[in-house]
Amino acid sequence: MSPTTTPKGAEGLRADDVKPQVPAKGAKARVGGLASWVDDRSGAAKPMSYLLKKVFPDHWSFMLGEIAMFSLVILLLTGTVLTFWFVPSAGQVIYNGSYVPLRGIPMSEAFKSTLDISFDVRGGLIMRQIHHWAALLFTVSITVHMFRVFFTGAFRKPREVNWVIGTILSLLAINEGFTGYSLPDDLLSGTGLRAAEGFMQSVPVVGSYLAYFLFDGAFPGEAIIPRLFTVHVLLLPAAIIGLFTAHIVLVAVHKHTQYPGPGRTNDNVVGYPMMPVYMAKAGGFFFIVFGITALMAALVTINPIWLYGPYDPTAVTAGAQPDWYMGFADGALRLFPGFTEFDIFGFTLSLNVFIPSLIVMPLLYTIAGAYPFIESWVTGDKREHHLLDRPRNAPTRTGLGVMAISFYLILFFAAGNDLIAIKLGLSINDITRTFQVMLLVVPPLAYWVTKRICMSLQRRDRDLVLHGRESGRVVRTAEGRFFEVHEPLPEYERWTLVQQEAHTPVQLAATLDANGVSRPSTRRQRLRAKVSSFYFADGVDPVTPAELAAAHHDGSAREAIETGQDSEPQHWVGQLHGGADERPESDAYASHEDGVKPDHTAAH
Amino acid sequence: MSSPAELSRVDQGQAEGSDGLPERFSDPGLPPHVPRSADLDEAAARRAERQVATLFGVSMMATVAFLVAYFTIDLDAYAFIPGIGQASLSNVVLGLTLAASLLCIGLGAVHWAKTLMPDTEVAEDRHPQRSSDEARKDAVNTIAAGGSASQLARRPMIKYTLGGALGLFALPLVVQLAGGLGPVPGAELSTTFWRKGMRLMRDPGMTPIKASDVTVGSVFHVLPEGIDRSEHPLEEKGKAAVVLISLDPADIKVAKERNWGHEGIVAYSKICTHVGCPVGLYEQQTHHLLCPCHQSTFDVTQDCKVIFGPARRPLPQLKITVDAEGYLVAAAPFSQAVGPSFWERG
Repeated sequence: MSPTTTPKGAEGLRADDVKPQVPAKGAKARVGGLASWVDDRSGAAKPMSYLLKKVFPDHWSFMLGEIAMFSLVILLLTGTVLTFWFVPSAGQVIYNGSYVPLRGIPMSEAFKSTLDISFDVRGGLIMRQIHHWAALLFTVSITVHMFRVFFTGAFRKPREVNWVIGTILSLLAINEGFTGYSLPDDLLSGTGLRAAEGFMQSVPVVGSYLAYFLFDGAFPGEAIIPRLFTVHVLLLPAAIIGLFTAHIVLVAVHKHTQYPGPGRTNDNVVGYPMMPVYMAKAGGFFFIVFGITALMAALVTINPIWLYGPYDPTAVTAGAQPDWYMGFADGALRLFPGFTEFDIFGFTLSLNVFIPSLIVMPLLYTIAGAYPFIESWVTGDKREHHLLDRPRNAPTRTGLGVMAISFYLILFFAAGNDLIAIKLGLSINDITRTFQVMLLVVPPLAYWVTKRICMSLQRRDRDLVLHGRESGRVVRTAEGRFFEVHEPLPEYERWTLVQQEAHTPVQLAATLDANGVSRPSTRRQRLRAKVSSFYFADGVDPVTPAELAAAHHDGSAREAIETGQDSEPQHWVGQLHGGADERPESDAYASHEDGVKPDHTAAH
Repeated sequence: MSSPAELSRVDQGQAEGSDGLPERFSDPGLPPHVPRSADLDEAAARRAERQVATLFGVSMMATVAFLVAYFTIDLDAYAFIPGIGQASLSNVVLGLTLAASLLCIGLGAVHWAKTLMPDTEVAEDRHPQRSSDEARKDAVNTIAAGGSASQLARRPMIKYTLGGALGLFALPLVVQLAGGLGPVPGAELSTTFWRKGMRLMRDPGMTPIKASDVTVGSVFHVLPEGIDRSEHPLEEKGKAAVVLISLDPADIKVAKERNWGHEGIVAYSKICTHVGCPVGLYEQQTHHLLCPCHQSTFDVTQDCKVIFGPARRPLPQLKITVDAEGYLVAAAPFSQAVGPSFWERG
């Protein structure tokens, strides 16, 4: 590039290209030769070295998303293998394969081919089992990953869109799971499809049309299996892979969030480079996830369709449960009271089915997807956040999260009300009624308890920073009093406990402006101020240097937890709170000779 | 030094920036790196190397074992595995060898990374996500310039017709899909295979039931005569399945139920009015029918009224009688739609 021309546009990206060099000799030359051949044609060297140098922070909870990603790969691999033998057809045949108990029984080709995969294809059963276990692992890891992202506040700006993509992925994943386990056309999954047809019928006005369109006529028909197959192997995987790609690209663009700690700021990312550390760690982790899935598939039977038998609309098994991720929807169906079906003007409005089956799931996901936007409106925080919150430092958010989880879990366990009744020997009616009450009572309670626990943990952090750690060294004073010396926290440890921001609710603007003219706040502003003060109420702020200094040197700076018993003179107290180590050994006991009465609060 | 009054609630963080102290603590920066034993001791490093190599070696052996098992183990072979029970030998061995082959690669790679690869943390800078102001302005200008170069604003006819064309082009695809998906239900959901005079047949077996053979307290799963020869037997069974229960006539509390039955023998639709599962569990002592899917409970002595659970409507009753030979037959088709509710069922 001559110095007189300024690089413009695409040419600018090439400005600092290195001139081709004479390749070295030997093995290095071959690699270099191939690499420069590729780079000459793609310019891949720069983005590749950028990616290989990319730094990722290390934490076990960051591996949850990785488990989801790797399960997806396992699902694609084993799923492709399964399609070579699976016949997506509801056409009826008579079974004559090697599983003796079902010989001579009429069944669909889908069911027969699943039996063949399980009994007549070498290694077919292990592939089926890995596929099903990986599906459960996929949905579990997505859910727990979502919890991690929520409780650490990783969804905040600039990652709101990625959170929305994640919630859609989660929704797609559980529906992908449902379409998958419905394919073998066994008695259990057929019962699930029967219920799904009932859900369609419950849609007001157009329900019966929806059901007939979906099933190509009356249930079960012969269309649903091939249609579900296309949805399961083409439509949903394409959507999942597309959104997953966007998800992971955004992770790279945003750079990974990190937990707070010494040296970790909102403007950097501290960890290890992709090459070689994460190449080995993440690559190795893929094999570990795959290996554990294979281990489960080897040792634990999953979905033994040969025990259920082929689908027959007149038969049913007791203890019919869907796969775990559909449990909450099934639980909602079990808990929603029957009196919510109405006859109006000769039409039937079946809310007892419509709401739990077709409203609850999208509603929960919409609330989840909207949460980042709601929270940033409430807190008024529009800054970028790359440093994660410790869950205790956002007590309201953590409380709301646990509230949502408790709601979800009650629905989930309600889907097993019959199993619980059998295992515990209790009345199914009592269990169901209890769950109905719990669904209303437990979530608010869970919110309150969680928030209080978070605040207690915050106070414990404050206590630790202010008074240090119990050293186990007990000192006896001249007048015979004992107290334990506390050691102050090392600076690096302390920083993690004091790095968070103090809380500030959104305030209402003054109702009078600078010129004294009335400026009434709108209803929206008032609501926002109210919600914001709810969000930040009872906030516990981090220790400041002044507070720490005061705790060391000034008796009155004791924690509010311990106030109310402040009868002793000022100079006493600082030392008893681990203060002994702040003074030279020589005068450690000097001030104790005043003859003041012993402090009954000091021994902690 | 702050006065005690000001500091009375220090847990609320009111003590800030007094006495020349900063308002907040400052970040001490990355803690010093602590070297691992393999960094300092070549023997430890060699030990780690051997461990990693051993794991990779075991993986190779497991892969070979998988291949051997694949070709040698009979698919019909079963083995007793303690804690698991009877299991397909092929599945267990293939799964375990595959798991070992994969796990050893993974564990080896992670062990390698943790013991031998550099563990000094590095920091990479972040930059604000937004583009620079110039870049933003440039983007806006490019779009605006493109917009005016295309003369879209100046030539509204193009704008509106393009909008119309783009708005409509997907319609044929949607109509094709929606129109081809399935037939309209018509009256199909409200009718079943049952006709007057059809015999009640045992399911399975399809043999007729003599009224005199039905003892009090017994229960039969029933299908209409000839349903297995119908054009769509599964679809017909999905609506026509019936459960036949014989009660002591004195237990029946509803006159209509008694009249539609035969000497205490009553027939009800087996398809749950909630979402359509077969109501398969009958409790003889309480005369309750329970749906195993969502636990709707119907009281057979009260015309199958819902006494618990998420269903609202009672199970429809099939009016039965006996024919000349004493076999149970339908006296009439179902008088209402069976199965889950839908809008126009009325």
